[in-house]
Amino acid sequence: MTDQNSSLSHLDLETPEKPFLDANELVINMGPQHPATHGVLRVILRLDGEKVLGLECVIGYLHRGVEKIGEHRTYTMFNPYVDRMDYVAAVSNGLGYCETVEKLLNVEAPPRAQYVRVILTELNRIASHQLWLGTHALDIGAITPLFYTFRDREEILKIYEKYCGARLTTHAFRIGGLQYETYAGFEKDVKNFLDFFRPKIDEYEELLTTNRIWVERTKNVGNISAQDCIALGVTGPVLRASGVKWDLRKAQPYANYKSFDFDIPIGQNGDTYDRYLVRMGEMRQSVRIVQQAVNALPEGPIMAKVPKVMKPAVGEVYHSIEAPKGELGYFIVSDGSTQPYRVRVRPPSFVNLQALDVMCRGQLVADVIAVIGTLDIVLGEVDR
Amino acid sequence: MVAKLRNSYGSGIEPLTYAGQNYMVVDRSLIPEILQVLRNQEQFDYCVDITAVHYPKREKQFDVLWILYSYPRNERIRVTTQIRDGESIPSSVPIWTGANWLEREVYDMFGIKFDGHPDMKRILLPDGWKGHPLRKDYGILQQDNEWVQINLGIESGQ
Repeated sequence: MTDQNSSLSHLDLETPEKPFLDANELVINMGPQHPATHGVLRVILRLDGEKVLGLECVIGYLHRGVEKIGEHRTYTMFNPYVDRMDYVAAVSNGLGYCETVEKLLNVEAPPRAQYVRVILTELNRIASHQLWLGTHALDIGAITPLFYTFRDREEILKIYEKYCGARLTTHAFRIGGLQYETYAGFEKDVKNFLDFFRPKIDEYEELLTTNRIWVERTKNVGNISAQDCIALGVTGPVLRASGVKWDLRKAQPYANYKSFDFDIPIGQNGDTYDRYLVRMGEMRQSVRIVQQAVNALPEGPIMAKVPKVMKPAVGEVYHSIEAPKGELGYFIVSDGSTQPYRVRVRPPSFVNLQALDVMCRGQLVADVIAVIGTLDIVLGEVDR
Repeated sequence: MVAKLRNSYGSGIEPLTYAGQNYMVVDRSLIPEILQVLRNQEQFDYCVDITAVHYPKREKQFDVLWILYSYPRNERIRVTTQIRDGESIPSSVPIWTGANWLEREVYDMFGIKFDGHPDMKRILLPDGWKGHPLRKDYGILQQDNEWVQINLGIESGQ
């Protein structure tokens, strides 16, 4: 009880002179258990009838203290924890962490490892966007895309399972490269998947892009301007749909994204429909990247020369990658011992969720659901 | 750019580089000014992250840092300042709106207060929690047993 009151304290319930609630204002709790909040997210809505006057997010239900754990594990031991933050795109998290520690150790993964990393990360981007599309459409009411995307996502998860044994929390990469050589038939599998998947994006688009109900539910819903995005620190497809042509893979290339040819899809209005189009475009570009990578996969070692007991020099490094949700950054401080002194994860979903208030002002309650879906948040990452 | 800043602010700024990344150690007294200058004149319009590191053996125990990025210049920079236990720092919310939740998390995890923050309260931990977990003197298995007993009705989370 004390807990609830203190989180509502900004609504000023104790002052006797002010009216208890504004004549038309209704405070409703969209509680942590809700089928459409993509995890345990609590949103306190202030409504005037059905119009949203403002909202406040209460997070922390999935806080597991990952940053504290990082200080008590060695660099290699911390690697599996990283997958569990954004559990939908576990491979990207692993890529970000491994690359940051490689920067601290001043090693670089060999070319074959870089190519395989790019292939797996871009497949992960496709898988993450597919899950996003299925759940976002389901929240709005379109039930069919869920089945289509989850069925097609199985092919990617089968590749992961054959490669590293896990579908969800893959722990695919190691510091310095890869542990497992790609299995016999990996390239054939990936190529088959690409041929299988290309017409599927068109199938998803056919279901939704010109669908009148979809357009009505998503056009001009959750608008956010480019300036607001930049001021709030929002990155990823949300930023690109507002018109800012910026992608970390092009601006500050990591792994070997420099050797691939791809475009950055952007939108104009910054509404939910544009974010949908941007993510569909990103799936197509990912297919392009994987095609180029799998055609040019070189032979060679997969692991750089990394000491068995890792003791990076004293120093601090910040490195970030373009995760499917936005800019995922790792700031690691090393004190020369086998365990990091501080691991800070800059989660894209956490920073993007701040924009929820700005995006929902003046919209209807049903639009709040659409906006939460379009921001593509994963509570594991928001709370860590 | 750093040379220009040094000319204006003298020795309060120290530029350093490690692993190809530039960062500045700035005196706490210069903090809101330097951040303003970085945003307005040097176009560092995107505040990537605000975080802190705890060095309990140092006199100035906390290292608070801002990681900034400039879209027009495609450049990243870190601004670090050192403060004592119990000292507070002016909030950067007037400069970048996105600093709001980032500063709340630093307060939640370290106990560093930001003056002028519109909503300084805990974000990840429950509101009544006592203690700041990411400090080095907070044990890895430690919990606020009182809160757990009152709110969850169990002896402890272990």
